[in-house]
Amino acid sequence: MRDSRWHGRLALGLLLAPALLWLGALIVLPHVDLAVLSFRERTGPRVYTPSLAQYKTFFAEPLYWHVFVRTAIMSVIATFLTLLLAFPIAWIIAKLARGRAGSLLFIICLIPFWVSETVRTLGWMILLRESGVLPALLVKLGLTAVPVELLYRDATILVGLVYTSLLFMVVPLVSSLESLDNSLIEAAYDLGAGGFSILRTIVIPHAAPGITAGCIVVFMLTLGNYLTPTLLGGKNSQWFTEQIYTQFITRFNWEQGAAFGFLLLGLSTALVMLGLRASGQRFGDVMRRT
Amino acid sequence: MIPSLPRPAWLRTATAAYLIAFLAFLFLPLIVVAVFAFNDAPYPAPPWRGFTLDWFLGNSSSGRTGLFADSELLGSIWTSCIVAACVTVLSAIVGMTNAFLIERGRFPGKQVLSILMLAPLVIPGVILGISILAFASRVADFADDTLGLELDFLRPGLPLVVLGQFSYIATIATLTISARLRRFDRTLEEAALNLGASKAAVFRTILLPYLRPALLGSAAISFLMSFADFNTTLMLVGADTPLTVMMYGRMREGATPVLNAVSLFLMIASVVLALTLLRRGGSPRPKPDE
Amino acid sequence: MSTPDLVADAVVKRFADHVAVDSLSFTVERGSFFSILGPSGCGKTTLLRMIAGFIAPDSGDIAIGGKSMQGVAPNRRPVNMVFQQLALFPMMSVGENVAFGLARRGMGRAERVKRSIAMLERVGLGSAADKRVDELSGGQRQRVAIARSLVLEPTLLLLDEPLGALDLKLREHMKIELKQLQASFGTTFVYITHDQSEALVLSDHVGVMSHGRFEQLGTPQDLYYRPQTPFVAGFVGANNRIVGRTTETDGAVAEIATTDGWVVRALKSGAIATGDAVEVFVRPEVAILARSAAELPPGQPHHAGDVQSVLFDGANSAVLLQEARSRREFRIALPQTGQFSDLKPQEKVMFSFDPSRAVCFPARTGA
Repeated sequence: MRDSRWHGRLALGLLLAPALLWLGALIVLPHVDLAVLSFRERTGPRVYTPSLAQYKTFFAEPLYWHVFVRTAIMSVIATFLTLLLAFPIAWIIAKLARGRAGSLLFIICLIPFWVSETVRTLGWMILLRESGVLPALLVKLGLTAVPVELLYRDATILVGLVYTSLLFMVVPLVSSLESLDNSLIEAAYDLGAGGFSILRTIVIPHAAPGITAGCIVVFMLTLGNYLTPTLLGGKNSQWFTEQIYTQFITRFNWEQGAAFGFLLLGLSTALVMLGLRASGQRFGDVMRRT
Repeated sequence: MIPSLPRPAWLRTATAAYLIAFLAFLFLPLIVVAVFAFNDAPYPAPPWRGFTLDWFLGNSSSGRTGLFADSELLGSIWTSCIVAACVTVLSAIVGMTNAFLIERGRFPGKQVLSILMLAPLVIPGVILGISILAFASRVADFADDTLGLELDFLRPGLPLVVLGQFSYIATIATLTISARLRRFDRTLEEAALNLGASKAAVFRTILLPYLRPALLGSAAISFLMSFADFNTTLMLVGADTPLTVMMYGRMREGATPVLNAVSLFLMIASVVLALTLLRRGGSPRPKPDE
Repeated sequence: MSTPDLVADAVVKRFADHVAVDSLSFTVERGSFFSILGPSGCGKTTLLRMIAGFIAPDSGDIAIGGKSMQGVAPNRRPVNMVFQQLALFPMMSVGENVAFGLARRGMGRAERVKRSIAMLERVGLGSAADKRVDELSGGQRQRVAIARSLVLEPTLLLLDEPLGALDLKLREHMKIELKQLQASFGTTFVYITHDQSEALVLSDHVGVMSHGRFEQLGTPQDLYYRPQTPFVAGFVGANNRIVGRTTETDGAVAEIATTDGWVVRALKSGAIATGDAVEVFVRPEVAILARSAAELPPGQPHHAGDVQSVLFDGANSAVLLQEARSRREFRIALPQTGQFSDLKPQEKVMFSFDPSRAVCFPARTGA
C-alpha cells in the first residue's frame, strides 16, 4: 500500500513539474517582475527607487491616454463588426448548408487563417495602397479621377482587424449554433413566433456562450494586435502596442514600457470580466469553447 | 431560418449575395498576393505587365533577386523552421503531461492551476514578449553580477523566441490533448488492466494510439502558430530574424514581389498541411498570431 | 355531423430515391384520438411534418378544420406540435415556455401569466411555473410540452412519438395520463408511434402505415381482431405466423399444409384458391393448451408439440412449443389458472385453436 502511494506521489510530481516550470518561469514570475519594474523609477545610474512615476506620466501626457482610449474604442468597434459579419456565415454553416456542404463551407472559411497574418496583411496592402488594385479599379470605373490612398485610414485598420479576427468569431458561433436543436426553432415557429422573435428569444439566448467566447477572444486579440494597425494604419495608427514597443525596444525605457504593458493588461482583463459578467458566463467554460 | 421553415425569396437572394461577398472578402487578399508573385514588374502593384518567374528563380544576373536566390529570406525561413520545431516538441511534451495532470491528477489547487493554464491565451502577445524579455534579462544580469556567469541564452535571441512562443502555444496544445483525453472511455483502460497489461503497456498500446490524432493535430497547429507568430517574437528577437519579422521589416520599406513569392510558398505549405490534417480527422484550428 | 378536423386527400411526398408518402387519404373526426402506427422509415414522420407545415406535399391537399392548408405557413396553421424530444426551451422557465405562444400573439403580460398558470394547473403542474425546464422529471416535461401547445387552443395537436424518450415504467404511466388529458381537453390529437401498444391503448382510430401507405385504418379492435393484411396481423399484437399452401378452400375456412407436413385450418381473407401460397396467423391467446387430447374442445383440429421453453411474465406468461411434425415454433398464452405452472421443457403437450379465429392471407411477394 505504502509503496503504491509513493508511486502515485512520484507520478503526480513528474506531471506537475513541467506545468509549474512553464507557468512559473514563463508566466507568473515574468509578470510579477514586470509589475515590480513598472513601480520603480531610475534616480541615478543603476539606482532605482519605488515610485508611481511611470503611471503618473501616463495620465499626465495626453498623447498616451489618448492612444489608450482610442485603442480600446477601436477594438470594441472591431469586435462588434466582426460579430455582425460572422453571425450570418456561422448560421449558414450550422443551419442552412446541409451535411457535407456545411462542413466544406466551414473548411473553406478556415483556410485563409492557416496562412500567417503577415501574408494576409500584405494582400490588403497590395489591394488598398495608392498604387494598389482597388484604387486603380475605382479610377477605371470612373468613380475617382486619380487613385486614392486607401491605406492609413481608421476604416482600413478596422477592415484589417475584422478580417484577422473573423475565424475566432466564426468557430465558437458555429459550434454553439450547431448545438441548437432545430426542433426548438420549429417549436417556436409552430407556437407562432416570427423570424426576429425566434432570433431574440431562442437563438441568441442559446448562442450566448459562443457569442461571449468569440467576442472576448476577438477583443483581446484586437487590443494586443501590432502588425495590422502598424502596417495598415502606418504612422496614423496610434495603437497602444506601438507605444509599448517604442518604450521597450526603441527608447529602452523598460519602466515606462512595463507600466504601459500593465495598463493594457488591465484594460483587457477589465473588459473581459465585464463581458463575462454581462452574459453570466464563467471564464473556464468560455475558453474551452474556443 | 432553417430549411424546414419557409424562406421568402428576398431572404434567399440576400443570403446568396452575402455569401458571395463574404467569400470574396475572405479570399481577395490571398488571391492578389498569389497573382502578383508572377507579375513582371518591380513592385507588387497593377497594371499587369506579363507573366514572369523572376520572383522565384531570378538571381543577380537578371537584376531581380528571386526567392531561391535571396539568401536572407531563405535563412529566415530556416530560422523559423528551427524555432517552430523546438516549440512544437516542447508544447507536445508539456501539453501531454498537462492533459494527464488536469484530467487524471488529484491534488489541492488543481482548479487554480487549470485556470492559470488558460491565462496565456488572454494575455496579449506583446505583453508576454516584454515580460519574458525583462525577466530573462534580470536573471541574466543577476547571474552576471553575483556569479560572474554569462548566460547568453537569456539575452534576446532564438532561445528566448522559442520560450516566448512556447509560453502560450503550450496552452493550446494542453487544451487540444486534454479535450481528447477527457472523451477517453476509461473502461478500455480497465479492460486492458484486467487482461493483464501493465500500466506502461496500457499507456503504450491503448492511450497513446488513442491520443495520436490529438497529438498530431496539436503538433501541426503548434508548428503553424509558431511559424506565424509575430507579436511575441518581435519583442524577443536577436540577430537571427524569423520569417515574419523579416517580412514585416521589408513590407514597411516597400518590398519587391519576392515577398509575394515567399507568401505563396507559405500559403501552399500551410493549406497542404491543413488539408492533410483534416483528412486524417484531426481538428485543425489555427490560432492567433499572438 | 360536424366537419372533420383533418382531411388528407391523395397526399404524396417523394424524396430523391423513394416515395415517403404514397397518395394517402384519410379523415380525422373532431375530438378524436387518431394514431399513425408504423415501423421507422414508413413515412409517418414525413406525414406528420406535412400536416404541421414543415414539409410541403408534392401533390394532394391537407385540410384542417375545413380549410385547405396549401401555402399556409406552419405558424399560421391552427395546429401545434409536441416534438419527439419535446423541444422545451431551456433558456426559459416552465411558465415562460407555456406563455411563449401567447406572447407571440401579442397578449399582455398579466393575461399571459394567468392563462399559463391556469393551463399548468390543469396538467397538475400549477406550482412549477418558476422552475427551470431541467428541474422537471421526464413525465412533467411531457405535460409542459402538451400544456405549451394546448394553451393556444389549436384545432389539432400533433404528437411525434413523445413517449419514445421515456423509460418503460414512465411510458406506461404517461400512456394513461395522455389518454385522460385528451379526454378532458377534447382536442383532436394526431399521434405517431412505432409502438403498437401505445396506439392500441390510446386511440379511437389507428392508421397502420407501411411504405408510405395505410395498410389498414380502423379502431384498435378492428386491427387486432380483424386484420386485413398480413402486415397488420404481424405488426399489431403478438401472432404466430405459419407459411404454407392451401390444400382445400371450399367455404370460409381453408386447409393449409406447410412444406414439412403440418396441416392447419384458418379463415380466408381475400381471394384464395386451392394451391395458393398463404400466410396463416394465430394469436397466442386463441390457442388452447392441454396435456391430453381429451381435454381439448371437441370439433377443433388437434396438434401435438413439445415444450421448448416456458416464458414466465406474470399475466403475460406464455409457452413456446415445437410442433411435433414440422418442428416449427408456436407460442401459446398460458391461462391464469396456474394449471400449467409445473410445465417443463421437453414435455409432450397437445393444443388446438378455433379455425374461425385464425386467419390466412395470400402470401406477400418477397415475404
